[in-house]
Amino acid sequence: MEYQDYYAALGVDKNAAQDEIKRVYRKLARKYHPDLSKEAGAEDKFKEISEAYEVLGDPEKRAAYDQLGTGNQTGEDFQPPPGWNEGFEFSGGFPGGRMDTGTTSDFFEHLFGGQNRSGRPQAHTGGRDHHAKILIDLDDVFKGATRSIQLKMPKVTPDGHVTTELRTLNVKIPKGVRQGQHIRLKGQGSLGHGQGNAGDLYLEVEFSQHRIYHVDGRDIYLDLPVAPWEAALGGKVKTPTPVGPVDVSIPPNSKQGGKLRLKGRGIPGKPSGDLYIVLQIALPLADSAKAKNMYQTMADELAFEPRAGLGV
Amino acid sequence: MPDNKQFSLSCEVVSQTPELTLDELCRRSGLTSEKLTTYVEEGLIIPHGAETTQWRFSRMCLIEAHKISRLERDLGLNPAGVTVALELSSQIKTLEARLRYLEKDQIK
Repeated sequence: MEYQDYYAALGVDKNAAQDEIKRVYRKLARKYHPDLSKEAGAEDKFKEISEAYEVLGDPEKRAAYDQLGTGNQTGEDFQPPPGWNEGFEFSGGFPGGRMDTGTTSDFFEHLFGGQNRSGRPQAHTGGRDHHAKILIDLDDVFKGATRSIQLKMPKVTPDGHVTTELRTLNVKIPKGVRQGQHIRLKGQGSLGHGQGNAGDLYLEVEFSQHRIYHVDGRDIYLDLPVAPWEAALGGKVKTPTPVGPVDVSIPPNSKQGGKLRLKGRGIPGKPSGDLYIVLQIALPLADSAKAKNMYQTMADELAFEPRAGLGV
Repeated sequence: MPDNKQFSLSCEVVSQTPELTLDELCRRSGLTSEKLTTYVEEGLIIPHGAETTQWRFSRMCLIEAHKISRLERDLGLNPAGVTVALELSSQIKTLEARLRYLEKDQIK
C-alpha cells in the first residue's frame, strides 16, 4: 500500500488550522473541478485533493491520520501499525458523501474505507449513474467504430468495503455523434440495491484534435492552400474530405479566407453538417530569376493597391 | 456488474426527448424537487410542459442535474453560483475552441 501525504496534496502545513485547510481545499477544488476545468489531469488532481480533504477536513480523521506518524512521502510503501485508529470514533463516514462519484487510493480505503458511506442501503433503490469522458477520432464519427475504454469504478465487496475495479468496456461509437454530446450505456453504472435497477454510464464525447480538420458543432472546417493564380483565375482543385478526396471549383477572383461550402459533407446525421473550405492563398517564393521577373511584371503592369482601405 | 470484455455494448446518443418526470429526475440526481424548481427558474434546466405536474425532462437535463449536484456538494455553491459557474465555463469552452482554431496556423 502506498502512503498518501495529504498535507502535501493540499500544500498546507502540518499545523494548519481547520479553517485554513477548508479555504485551501475550496480554492483548489474550484481550480480543478472536472465539471469546470479543462486543464489536463484536472480530474486526477481533484480526486487527490478531495481525498486529502475528506481526511484533513474532519478533525477526528485528521487526528487519526496524524497518529500514523510523519516522515512518509506519497508513494512510499506503507503499512499502518496495528491498532492505529484505536480511540477514534469517525462520525458517520463521509460528510455529504463527497466520494460517491470518485475513486480513492488503496491507502484511503484501507484506513477509512470500511464505513458505510451514505447510510444504510435502502431496499430496492436504483444504482448510481456514472460519468466519464471519451476521446474519439473524427474518422470514427464517419465510419462508426468500436472503441475500447478503461474506467476505474468503485465496487463494493461483500463485506462492505469499497475498492476500485478496472473495467474494460467495448463501446460502439454511434455514427454521427457530435462533440459535447453524451452517450448513454444503460445499466453500466453502479448496481442497485434489492430489485432497484442499475444506474447508467454516461460518456461525454470529445474529439481528439485533428491534423487538418476543425469541428464546430455539425460543421467541419478545412484550411485549403491555393496558389494565387488558382484563387484569381478559378478552377478545379483537389481537396481532402473526411470520406475521401473530391474536386472543388474555386470561383474566379476568390479572396484570402474565402469560404466554400460543401453541403452535407460535415458530421453525418439528420441533417448532416457542412464542410467549409477556407481558402488560404499561398505565395510562391521569389527565389529564382524567373519568379522575380514574374513578380516584377505584376508590380509594373497591375494597378493594385492592397492598402487602399487604410487611408495611406 | 456484467463482464463486457467480449462483446461491444450498444449505446445511444443522449437526446432532448422529454422522458423523465420531476420525481424521476430527483431520484436519479439526488436533488430535491425544491432545488430542481429553483434551477428551472434560473433557466439552467429547461423542462417540457407548462405546469409543474406536467413537467418532463430529457436525459440532457439529467446530466445537467448531476453536474449541479456535484458542484453544490464539492464547492459549496448555491444555485446562483452554480448557474454563473456553468454559464461561464460554457463560454470559456466556446472561446477556447475558437482560439484553438485561430492559433493552429501559428503552430504549423
